[in-house]
Amino acid sequence: MTTDTVILGAVAYDPKVVTIWEGFREFFAAHDLAFDFVLYSNYERQVEAHVRGDMDVAWNSPLAWLQLERIAKRLGRSAQAIAMRDSDRDLTSVIVARTGEVASLADLRGKTIAVGAGDSPQATLIPLVHLQQAGLVPGRDVEVRRFDVLLGKHGDHIGGERDAARALVAGEVAAACMIDGNHLLFAREGVLPSGSTHIVAQTAAYDHCNFSVLDDLGAAPKMKRFTELLLGMSYADPTLRPLMDLEGLRAWLPGRTEGYALLEQAIDAFGTIDGFVTEIAGR
Amino acid sequence: MTTTREPAQVALELGPLGLDGGGTVLLSHTIRRAGLVAGDRLDVRGLAPELAVHGRAWCRAKGHGFTATPDGFTITVGRHDADRSVGAERAGHADLRRPDALAEVASPRWGLAARGALVDAATPAVRFGLDRRVDVWADEAPALYAQATAAQWDPATAIPWATACDHDPAVEDAIVQVMTYLVENETAALLVPARFLAQMHPHFREILQLLAVQLADEARHIEVFTRRARLFRDELGSSSAGGQASLQSLLDEPDYALAMFLLSVLGEGSFLSLLWFLHEHAPDAATKAVTRLAAQDEARHVAFGLAHLERHLGLEPALRERLVAAVHRRHDALADTAGLNADVFDALVVIAAGSLEPLAIARGFAAVTELVHDMDRGRRRRLQRLGFPEAEAAALSELHTRNFM
Repeated sequence: MTTDTVILGAVAYDPKVVTIWEGFREFFAAHDLAFDFVLYSNYERQVEAHVRGDMDVAWNSPLAWLQLERIAKRLGRSAQAIAMRDSDRDLTSVIVARTGEVASLADLRGKTIAVGAGDSPQATLIPLVHLQQAGLVPGRDVEVRRFDVLLGKHGDHIGGERDAARALVAGEVAAACMIDGNHLLFAREGVLPSGSTHIVAQTAAYDHCNFSVLDDLGAAPKMKRFTELLLGMSYADPTLRPLMDLEGLRAWLPGRTEGYALLEQAIDAFGTIDGFVTEIAGR
Repeated sequence: MTTTREPAQVALELGPLGLDGGGTVLLSHTIRRAGLVAGDRLDVRGLAPELAVHGRAWCRAKGHGFTATPDGFTITVGRHDADRSVGAERAGHADLRRPDALAEVASPRWGLAARGALVDAATPAVRFGLDRRVDVWADEAPALYAQATAAQWDPATAIPWATACDHDPAVEDAIVQVMTYLVENETAALLVPARFLAQMHPHFREILQLLAVQLADEARHIEVFTRRARLFRDELGSSSAGGQASLQSLLDEPDYALAMFLLSVLGEGSFLSLLWFLHEHAPDAATKAVTRLAAQDEARHVAFGLAHLERHLGLEPALRERLVAAVHRRHDALADTAGLNADVFDALVVIAAGSLEPLAIARGFAAVTELVHDMDRGRRRRLQRLGFPEAEAAALSELHTRNFM
């Protein structure tokens, strides 16, 4: 991109995405930074457009980040994660079963496990690699039932995890996978009735979304200003607070990439993004 | 001057209580009650098997640090959760006796908050057209509201509906006509304040409440007048173009003070005379009761209108000229209309007469003429109370609509 306007790509996984970025656009404009955003219906379309040069920065899921990073590497380019939410750090996922039926992961052998969307890092890929590392190969030792709500949105939509939890309670599956925060939410909502289920396993910690840029664009003046303004956003500012609540953060933090190691293990084990990376890098 | 202190460390024992079963309430409460700030620690211990899993998720969502411990987890209080209350302000005070209870201008950012609530600074602004205290407030409002709620009556039980119709059929026809006219006028008396109620800033809670009860009063009046009209007859009486034109001019008045002046002080004030006139000449117990109960309610409406306008005029004397102009404007607008429905005038005469005997009609006619004078005297008295000199009050009263309301 050559203009002074920072163009951001984001995936429209929920109508609130428009509210959030319209609000942030006003904030940037008030600080003399021209900013605009382009919405995509799925992360693959966004990554493809990013590689093509249609945007300066993408608000990427962890899987989209790895797609971008690997395509860039194939093309002799590089990708950087310049910022992330405080709430994107150190997530875990849990594997939940009905109380009294499954004591440990080994008890799941030969049974069916409910997961979220096929491209959900938190509700599918990371829990499944956790199982595999525990000796239960998905498809061979355990049957996997996917709840593909809004495929292409990398599990951003909560629906797949909620459906998996409901399938567990209904007795349709032996276990269900979800992010730790959603386990708390589903328990409080009553989707997982108190005492009826328990956590069989918890994955190691991993990171979630980030703002990604290609090559050395992060050093460009407009992107340095973008990052500076982003990191300076205060939850105490009443004009920003509702937007930060909608986006689910208290503060923006500098990006880090070591938190994606677990997801890398998953996509290497399952070949999740190989075809897409090859296709886009080969154009 | 700022002082630094060692980070505080507080312990919380949850026992079997999980964070999915209400434990988060105690986390927030303990942080607040112990006055923990960024960097302070809260050691949470408990027996719930999922305590640490849920603790991690809760801390992340709240912007706190999380460390798992053998029997729970430790929260390191983050910098941002307390920021939620930055900029919050009190929307006045609930207690009217306090000098800070009422704002001169209620802030749009207070929105629908209770007066006296601590309002989040991020609350979206809600625009209420009537947000100036001077435009809406009356110190008598709380007392009038208390009176109004205490004086609510049940149309089903307060009226002796089982009354007998042993009066002249012509008088009953007249009652039906007058009740038809009253329903039309009470509908205007409901709709005019209703339009302003929706524009009233909730900060002026007592005014909102009083207007709401006033609407309920009018709703009841519409009900009992309709029911009385149909007590011995199937069909209602007539509605005239002139009467409706007069009421339309009330509905069209966009200014709250002017509309309430025309409606409450002049219109409902005149209606007080009319209702007591009907009460005096009522041919049956049901008519006596509906007119008496309605008159008691209307007296409160008039008292509120007067109290509000007295205060407003005291603070903004320029309002006086606008009130005068409003009376002239309405008079000019209605100059070419017939005013009172002729059927209504005739009906009032017949009701006061009690029969169609010529001598009785003469007495009835004289009584209605006296009623019109009584209405005029009432209007002058109220105008003088608002500060209009006697001669001007007489002139303004003269210009009031012939439709009474």
